[in-house]
Amino acid sequence: MFSGFMTNTWAVASIVAVVAGVVGLFVVLRGAAFVADALPTGAFAGAAGASLIGVNTLVGLGAFALLGALGIGWLGRRGRHDVAVALALVAMLGLGALFLSFSTEYGPQIEALLFGEVLGVSATEIAPVAGLGAVCVAAVVVLYRPLLLSSVMPELGEARGVREQRIEMCFLVVLALTTAMALPVVGALLIFSLMIGPPAAARSVTSRPLLAMALSVVLALVTVWAAIAASYVSNWPVGFFVGTIGAACYAAGRGWTVLRSRRLRRSQASTLPPVAPTASAMA
Amino acid sequence: MGRLLSLIVEPGFFTNAPVHVALLAGGVVAVVSGVVGTFTVMRGQSYAGHALADVSVTGGSASVLIGISPLWGFAATSVAAAGVMDMIGIRRPRGRDLATGIVRGAGLGLAALFLYWDTTHSATGATVTILFGSMFTIDPSLLGVIAAFSLAAVGIVAVLYRPLLLSSASPDLAVVRGVRVRTAGVLCLVAIALAVSLSALTIGAILSTALLIGPAATALRLTGRPGLVVAWSALIGLAVTWLGVLLAYDSYYWPPAGHGWPVSFFVVTLILLAYLLALARRGGSRAAPLERGEPRGAQPGCG
Repeated sequence: MFSGFMTNTWAVASIVAVVAGVVGLFVVLRGAAFVADALPTGAFAGAAGASLIGVNTLVGLGAFALLGALGIGWLGRRGRHDVAVALALVAMLGLGALFLSFSTEYGPQIEALLFGEVLGVSATEIAPVAGLGAVCVAAVVVLYRPLLLSSVMPELGEARGVREQRIEMCFLVVLALTTAMALPVVGALLIFSLMIGPPAAARSVTSRPLLAMALSVVLALVTVWAAIAASYVSNWPVGFFVGTIGAACYAAGRGWTVLRSRRLRRSQASTLPPVAPTASAMA
Repeated sequence: MGRLLSLIVEPGFFTNAPVHVALLAGGVVAVVSGVVGTFTVMRGQSYAGHALADVSVTGGSASVLIGISPLWGFAATSVAAAGVMDMIGIRRPRGRDLATGIVRGAGLGLAALFLYWDTTHSATGATVTILFGSMFTIDPSLLGVIAAFSLAAVGIVAVLYRPLLLSSASPDLAVVRGVRVRTAGVLCLVAIALAVSLSALTIGAILSTALLIGPAATALRLTGRPGLVVAWSALIGLAVTWLGVLLAYDSYYWPPAGHGWPVSFFVVTLILLAYLLALARRGGSRAAPLERGEPRGAQPGCG
């Protein structure tokens, strides 16, 4: 499990998990689940297109994820945000259906792209993934304060001079890059589980942003490692394990919240407002 | 006239049995999606609709595994998922998308496993059929089931028309007026689940969001009157589906010859075009009150 070709897999998957944990926390804080879901699913079409014209998959993924982010930003300013996301998503997927119908030798790889593939990560793939990951984390570090402010208290953010639209656009681009690097490993349909399960669990355990981020990264790493190990042993798709463990993380987080609020209520005679997701607790 | 017609419609279009089934089933499904979609968009439940469609992949792939039509699986899992989403608190605006997403993630994880088993036990190309649909290979014997599901979905929305409208526009007012908001919400989710599982059969599970959201969002830009929105939405859905079937049929004769382009691609592209046209149409401001169901900007991505 740890020999030869699997070394690359462990390295790439760990990078993906760290970035997903960091970026995912902001997905959870901003309630941007739909976007985080749509970008990877749609970017899948880019991979199909790239294989059709014979360029590197990462290029196709990046191009489509960025186009999707720009499209969502553009449409979102002109109508309902969720409608914009839905339409951008299906437009990309429609193209994906077209690409898939034209490529013949592509068949077996479709599932790998959709549901993840841990084997067959080559040593040459580590550098671009590491590079993209570093860019994403650096962007989050630079944007940390305005991003946090506009995520938890948008009104205060505006008053402090945070440009909501610009931050939103930056966030979409970071999300797009994360997507492009994570997709080949975890699969288009399940990156999202990795970006939501661990951060949501971390968020319900603590309300201190940095601690939540650290916890989220740790949980994401554990999720990915466990998924790869299980996938290696059982030969089942890695996406299955990421999806289930992600949901388990969320369930554990919810359980923790319920338990804690019960204990609080019991220890104090007066009823307190629910501990869970109030915006002010986070700031 | 005859030559002009044959330029637009390639020969054999009106005599081809699979085309008949595609037009019939696709048309019915498009109308249902259009009607149910109106409420989906007004209630800001696009994401729930998309997630239900994704989760239906689980059932679709399981059906292939045990050898029945995917439609049964689509419907069973997405209706079940609608129940789960309601149970874990999809009603709270904040965190609602999270709960939705988690259900979707868990469902797709299972789907990954089922599809993996599908392909190891048989090489039928189940993955592409389930995800991207197969309008021209719909089993004619399913038409009865499609009709029944359609009636159920439209029936729910018709019975709940006024309460749903009220609780979409103003939840607080609805509560005051004695509307059982939660019951109405669950039933609406069930209608959405039925609609997406029907369109999963025609244009594919991960594209059925297009038929649900696209025509309705376009219609909401054209008019502000609820009844008219529903009618427009159904009409647009029907038009893009039939046009998509026609184009896909014609595309067999396009270069590279002998390769049909997928119906789903045409349907989705036409939907996007329709929405962009409606966006470009200035002065449609009367649509504003309904179209802006909830304040935007405060919580980006939520809704």
